[in-house]
Amino acid sequence: MPVPETLEFFVDPGRCIGCQSCIQACAECDTHKGQSMIQLDYLDRGRSTQTLPVICMHCDSPTCAEVCPSDAIKRAEDGVVQTARKPRCIACNNCVLACPFGVPKMNTRMNLMMKCDMCYDRTSVGLKPMCASVCPSQALAFGTRQEIAKNRPNSKAANTFRFGAQTIRTKVNVLVPANAAPELIDVTAAMYEPTIGHDMLESVFGGKGEAGA
Amino acid sequence: MSQSELPAPRSVGPNSTPPDQAALADQPRWRRDFPIDSSEDDYVSRRDLVKYMVLTSGAFAVGQLWILYKSVFRRRAGSAGARAVAQVGELPVGGAKTFNYPEGSTPRLLVRTAERAFVAYDQQCTHLQCPVVPAVKQGKLHCPCHNGWFDLQTGVPIAGPPQRRLPRVLLEVRDETVYATGVEDSAT
Repeated sequence: MPVPETLEFFVDPGRCIGCQSCIQACAECDTHKGQSMIQLDYLDRGRSTQTLPVICMHCDSPTCAEVCPSDAIKRAEDGVVQTARKPRCIACNNCVLACPFGVPKMNTRMNLMMKCDMCYDRTSVGLKPMCASVCPSQALAFGTRQEIAKNRPNSKAANTFRFGAQTIRTKVNVLVPANAAPELIDVTAAMYEPTIGHDMLESVFGGKGEAGA
Repeated sequence: MSQSELPAPRSVGPNSTPPDQAALADQPRWRRDFPIDSSEDDYVSRRDLVKYMVLTSGAFAVGQLWILYKSVFRRRAGSAGARAVAQVGELPVGGAKTFNYPEGSTPRLLVRTAERAFVAYDQQCTHLQCPVVPAVKQGKLHCPCHNGWFDLQTGVPIAGPPQRRLPRVLLEVRDETVYATGVEDSAT
């Protein structure tokens, strides 16, 4: 059963408070019990408290699956990219190295690549993924587009990213300030921005010189 | 600034888009052979496997029943009536001739082993169906293809590759005429 089309995943990095609830909840998910598939990124630990939960963005053209030599990573009809299939995965780490978002994790004990599958057992029956169900600030939110529009009028959803020459469209949306210019988030360009911390966020999400919300 | 609704971003479709955005027909062969979308992949579902197993087992069972039916049917059809195959005076002692019994069968080999004694067997070797030739002086039948030997009196294999005895044709001698009256099936 596919994930209902009306329900979508939204990541709002500006709301993340770094509480690690999502990491704990993720480990409770039945599709990968005991293993957390989320990592919390500290953007600039020395100067900022800003954190960012990294979940699978579920790319339209999944780079992990493109580089998989054993045809183990599959994308479901609803766009959810699944964990590598155990009988096929050869634990070569290609996907771990190739994913632009840094999502896949190699479970060396099981010789299996495991990644966020949007809690497929839950979302396919209309429930929220574990992380979105516990996130106290709803930096990870799962719901309809209307709900998000109503509750977060100052944000807009973006799901197109650019990594160098590669443009990626994802199933998961990132909420950016509503007045942010780019429809397309240029990740590699942002990496070379001299400013970091909150300034970096503004330059990434707010465009050239424009202040974020 | 408030928005009544978020602008819908270009959403992802049911099938993945290759990096070059080209249609599936224009993609290299390997991309069609190893699709990223699970709906395109030829997985064997549990149901398909069970179906295959049931049908295959059923086919085996039907085959066994067919073999059983054929063996019963052949045993019943074994007595195709008597048929004159040779005159006693036609063959010298130690002589042999071939005949068909029943009509249209594979060649049968009739051997006169003594003054009033005849034996007849299917001429096909039970190994790979070469015709056997009589070696009456040694009391044997010989298959020259792979050096197989059968006992002339019983048709039992005594040397070489054959494992089953030759099917024996039952004979009856009446009024100087040799009649074939039936065929015994070959058994191990």
